[in-house]
Amino acid sequence: MSETNTARQTDNIIEVTDLCKYFRVSRKATLKAVDHVNLTIRRGETLGLVGESGCGKTTCGRTMIRLYNPTSGTVKFNGQDISKLSGKELLQFKKNAQIIFQDPYASLDPRMTIGEIISEGMNVHFHYSEEEKRQRVNDLLHRVGLSQDYANRFAHELSGGQRQRIGIARALAVEPQFIVCDEPISALDVSIQAQVVNLLIKLQREDQLTYLFISHDLAMVKHISDRVGVMYLGNLVELSSNVALYDHPLHPYTKALISAIPTADPEEDMSARQIKLEGEVPSPINPPEGCRFRQRCRYACDRCAQETPALREVKPGHFVACHRCEELDEHPEENQ
Amino acid sequence: MEQILEVKDLHVSFNTYAGEVKAVRGVSFELNKGETLAFVGESGCGKTVTAKAILRLLKPPFAEIKEGSQILYQGRDVVHMDKKALSSYRGEEVSMIFQDPMTSLNPTMKIGKQIMESLRIHKHISKQEARKEAIELLRLVNIPSPETRVDSYPHELSGGMRQRVMIAIALACSPNILIADEPTTALDVTIQIQIMDLLKDLKTKLGTAIILVTHDLGVVANFADRVQVMYAGQVLERGTTKEIFEDSRHPYTWALLSSVPTLAKESKQELYALKGTPPDLILPLNHCPFAARCEHCMQICKERNPAETVLSETHRVSCWLQHPDAPRTLTFNGKEARS
Repeated sequence: MSETNTARQTDNIIEVTDLCKYFRVSRKATLKAVDHVNLTIRRGETLGLVGESGCGKTTCGRTMIRLYNPTSGTVKFNGQDISKLSGKELLQFKKNAQIIFQDPYASLDPRMTIGEIISEGMNVHFHYSEEEKRQRVNDLLHRVGLSQDYANRFAHELSGGQRQRIGIARALAVEPQFIVCDEPISALDVSIQAQVVNLLIKLQREDQLTYLFISHDLAMVKHISDRVGVMYLGNLVELSSNVALYDHPLHPYTKALISAIPTADPEEDMSARQIKLEGEVPSPINPPEGCRFRQRCRYACDRCAQETPALREVKPGHFVACHRCEELDEHPEENQ
Repeated sequence: MEQILEVKDLHVSFNTYAGEVKAVRGVSFELNKGETLAFVGESGCGKTVTAKAILRLLKPPFAEIKEGSQILYQGRDVVHMDKKALSSYRGEEVSMIFQDPMTSLNPTMKIGKQIMESLRIHKHISKQEARKEAIELLRLVNIPSPETRVDSYPHELSGGMRQRVMIAIALACSPNILIADEPTTALDVTIQIQIMDLLKDLKTKLGTAIILVTHDLGVVANFADRVQVMYAGQVLERGTTKEIFEDSRHPYTWALLSSVPTLAKESKQELYALKGTPPDLILPLNHCPFAARCEHCMQICKERNPAETVLSETHRVSCWLQHPDAPRTLTFNGKEARS
């Protein structure tokens, strides 16, 4: 392997190329949950992934850590194609890539103690003695802000926020490099959300973790992410640094999505800045030809119906999949 | 302004094996014609229970509205209404949209039939007329091609569409009060806007008063006229939306407002996070319920419950910081807490 290659490896922890994940729902119909997605995640950063429900963000995250096998395309983790891994290498990969699930009520086994839940992964990956294991569980509980008495309790004794902390401790137990956070806060109360997000940021600083943060809460994604990707109906439509995306979105869908965030400011007249989208997300089973957003896009033209726009770098580090984003950016009013 | 609903000293308890859970502890408020009142607070603060008590939807003997509680709808006593009066009160006068549109529709009935059900019961009209009206209602809530949609089953509709159907059912008998319990929590942002716009529209068109139960402060800021902040079954602060968002006086309201990230806030900064959890509602509480988590907690807060301080005609707060002997405190946006 050449030197440039090794240099690139240290830069990107995940490289996703042309990733597709289809589910066959019947003999004739295929659900295209993730369709030709390209993205990279740099080491140590948080990539936010936003979009409406059913846009494929969770499927994308799960395919990246091989909870699903991709239909086509590749996912490279530290330069290694993960779909070709098996045996020891696969085990090693699973140790390095972990996930925190959305629903803290459903993702903890009700019949296991918290200590057992956290140490389950360690039993597979490390050979700790009982004493070491207990010590390690106590350390982890301490790191996620719980006292060590919790090790002997059961999940039903804990509140939602505490359970989500256990979910985080379980992911950290095997010392991963990369964690997929799949809507880790959407089942929690506002004040608890803040606690969990603060914890995630703290842990990232301590361990140089890389996160894929999946959420539909756009304000929270802006808060935690370095770069943000926007998905619509299985496609990645925009990918950029967090500041550029929220201050200056280029894709019409991103613009509408950001304008729809309600702000906690009664003075502001929301309807003035809102871009209203007509209709709802079409079914991913038979998505429209061409650009998938065109039926709800007020700028759609003939070209959008014929040609699927590819994700291209419009500005340095700012990727957009839209045929008309440059002209719209220059003359937004004329084209309405 | 004409007052249509008045709740005085409402107490609701649930009888469980562990003991009596006092979910609502002395909530009082009034609702005027055509206004939107929001109940805000964390889960378990009693906002949904209060809303359900107004409709008498809490099932005895498991849940009981305590002696001395008063709910007056246009002067009529709701707490002691008999079955017959209650069935015309529900639906015709007050109706409710539930939190989860996925589970609150009957999956085995066509949506048209579900709308017609309440029309037929309350208005005593024929099937054909009811069907016509159901189609009109679907059109009112902006469902495309209502003539065909009226014969679909709930599973054929998306979440946003189902919530529209729920609204259509709630509006079927043009009630005076609509209780919306977390109407958009289960929906995506772009759909959330559509639903909130629809409710806003209907409010101006039909003059319905709305009680909005939510924990989303963004929705409240854009939609409500008045807000009451609830915690552990009590109202800690109430006021117009402007007063609550710009001049709130209760430390719990400050905590709620500062724990949500906004697009303007700097990224990756630590968010303000409330420590601890709400109090156990089985235990008696004769001091300020928020004392244990409050940054400005004083000795008195752990001993006695503060009385409501009147700041303006609409703005009231229950906090010892308002007492003349309390130390000077600044609110989260740097204003003086006591005027």
